[in-house]
Amino acid sequence: MTTRRMILALAVAAPLLLIVAVAIAFLAADPLRSLTGAAPPVEQVTVERQVLDGDGIGLLVRVGGTEPVRIAQVQVDGAYWTFVQEPSGELGNLSSAWLRIPYPWVLGETHHIALITRTGLAFEHTIDVAVATPDTNSLGVLGMVGLFVGVVPVALGMLFYPALQVGGTRAFSFSLALTIGLLGFLLVDTLQEALELAADAAPGLHGVALVWLVAALAFVLLLAVGRRKGGEVSGLALATSIALGIGLHNLGEGLAIGSAFATGAAALGTFLVLGFTLHNVTEGIGIVAPLVQEPPRWPVFIGLAALAGLPAVAGIWLGSYAFSPHWAALALAVGAGAILQVIVEVSGLLMRRSATQGTPWASASAVLGVILGVTVMYGTALLVQA
Amino acid sequence: MRSLFGQPVTRRLLLAGGALLGGVHAARLALGGAAAQTHGPGHAMPITDGQPSAALSAAHASHGGMMTVGEVDTARNGFDPHTLLTDWDTGEVIRDDQGRPCREFVVEAIDKEVEIAPGIFFPAWTYNGRIPGPTIRAVEGERVRITFRNRGSHPHSMHFHGIHSARMDGVPGAGDVLPGGQFVYEFDARPFGCHLYHCHTVPLKRHIHKGLYGAFIVDPDPARHPEHEAVARSRLLGTPENREWQEFVMVMNAFDTNFDEENEVYAVNTVAHAYSKRPIVIDRGRPVRIYLVNVTEFDPINSLHLHGNFFDYYDSGTTLTPTLRTVDIITQCQGQRGILEFTYQDHEPGHYMFHAHQSEFVELGWMSLFDVRGEVA
Repeated sequence: MTTRRMILALAVAAPLLLIVAVAIAFLAADPLRSLTGAAPPVEQVTVERQVLDGDGIGLLVRVGGTEPVRIAQVQVDGAYWTFVQEPSGELGNLSSAWLRIPYPWVLGETHHIALITRTGLAFEHTIDVAVATPDTNSLGVLGMVGLFVGVVPVALGMLFYPALQVGGTRAFSFSLALTIGLLGFLLVDTLQEALELAADAAPGLHGVALVWLVAALAFVLLLAVGRRKGGEVSGLALATSIALGIGLHNLGEGLAIGSAFATGAAALGTFLVLGFTLHNVTEGIGIVAPLVQEPPRWPVFIGLAALAGLPAVAGIWLGSYAFSPHWAALALAVGAGAILQVIVEVSGLLMRRSATQGTPWASASAVLGVILGVTVMYGTALLVQA
Repeated sequence: MRSLFGQPVTRRLLLAGGALLGGVHAARLALGGAAAQTHGPGHAMPITDGQPSAALSAAHASHGGMMTVGEVDTARNGFDPHTLLTDWDTGEVIRDDQGRPCREFVVEAIDKEVEIAPGIFFPAWTYNGRIPGPTIRAVEGERVRITFRNRGSHPHSMHFHGIHSARMDGVPGAGDVLPGGQFVYEFDARPFGCHLYHCHTVPLKRHIHKGLYGAFIVDPDPARHPEHEAVARSRLLGTPENREWQEFVMVMNAFDTNFDEENEVYAVNTVAHAYSKRPIVIDRGRPVRIYLVNVTEFDPINSLHLHGNFFDYYDSGTTLTPTLRTVDIITQCQGQRGILEFTYQDHEPGHYMFHAHQSEFVELGWMSLFDVRGEVA
């Protein structure tokens, strides 16, 4: 080892050792003891998933807080009910367990569950509308729903491609602006959903901070990947970026639909299906907009539709069978970062085009396009209030 | 689930949604789910090869699954709801300055964590480390002297229902004892009946629901009631007539464990489902007398309903003839109490339920059983 290396190793090790020493000293001295000594343990229990079947109710719970949590009793609809916990015993910070409750739930009705811990704290969970949780036999049907929500509307939207081509330069600028508008709406919508889900997740996971960080990281990473060959993105590369961003968003939408089935709001799920379908038609227009002046071969359109639409299928499957708020929030956060990246690239393309044509980038048609994009998305989103 | 167009999610909305999308695959899924559920637990026992599913049949075998899970550690609690039933504290009889019999008791207020249902621990305030506190039992006309020591962390008192002077009332300014302090309550035991005592320190709700209460029974003096001497003798603890009876004290109480002024646990003598997990054994050949006291905090009314039988009721226990005859439910406001008398003499042996007739209380712990035993005549 050279002297230089030894100095480097020492320079790294010394601060590390000091950090450890300070931590040990703090723990040993416990200067906060006088402030917290008599405080009762703070317990947190979050229900992440629910399963309703012929054996009753199953709940996946995750605990958090300063102390391990022991779930002593379970009340269902104001009655103490027998239950089995797997694994049994005390649950440490951020660990999870299944509670199986042989409760005769009633189709279409609401059930209130309270998990009573050792200290008598009651953590409540509501089953809004009791219906049997879809089982694996429903995979096919759920996949069909995914295609209907994801692929079909995007493909329908792409059918506007010839119209865009006929419309010429102004139509091209207009459709790019429209894309920016609809993506702007999706960005806000995705972030909002991600933050709501993060709030439902176990508090110890710091979901809200994760959403912002993951969204920012996804944005930076995708921007870097998109521009790795230098210069700005346009044409097919941009269309692919848009399709990827929309695909990630559709993954989140799929999770929402799937969990609507899983949490019992099945008919609400069908509303979601219709709403999302209409909503997603606009996405197809956005994807093909950058392709107006360099028409690709037709299989490319299929690929783009699949890239944007198929994640909805995966989302619905995941949402139905393995839904946890924090995973869904993470997926949506990645989607938000991707959408922001696409907005930046499309805006760049629009501005470059304006510069080459000597027109102001904030032309009337561009502004109108952005406003129309947001308005159409908002209008169709009214159908999807869930 | 959040609302759709600001409407709460209702069954009508769901049916509308289903109808709207009759042709969509998704609706098929919803209907598929419904079809599966018709075999689910809500409607009928799921049948597999003609046998109910193991999980639900196991649940129905006990109490339909409506039951707390596990056992309370009575050794750790320091008291057992089953021994509380017949644990009379008759104090120590001495002669006072005037040569009259005087019963002396010592009661201490103690902070203590009590397991009120399996695995649920309540940071309680207790008399003598138990909830309810000792069942103080005296005879009509005797002097009663209670030395009360406060070893708790808050001021406490003992307010006795009965007839006494203002100085002995156990309210702020008259027998309120600071932590570490002591006060001697002294009064004559009257009127005879089934009474109670409780802490009357403010805040009153907190001091009562934390566990500071107990039964105070004054047995009638047969010499003072020549017209009903036999009845009085049957009530007087220790007489041969009294030994014929199976007497129990039952204090209906409840616990708010998360401070939302609603109770998470309802019980008789503190422990949820104690007498349904282990029924109270009854000799079919002997009559039953229950001293029933209601100290349920946060709910104004509690009740007792006896299955397959009727009873006579003595309101406040202050009469020797029933105030209600042949009833099967008695309703008591908080602080109200009385004596129930009944017999299973003509019944076949078996488990006979008794419980609050507020089904909410039943399902949160106030459900019990008598195990009536004896040869069928």
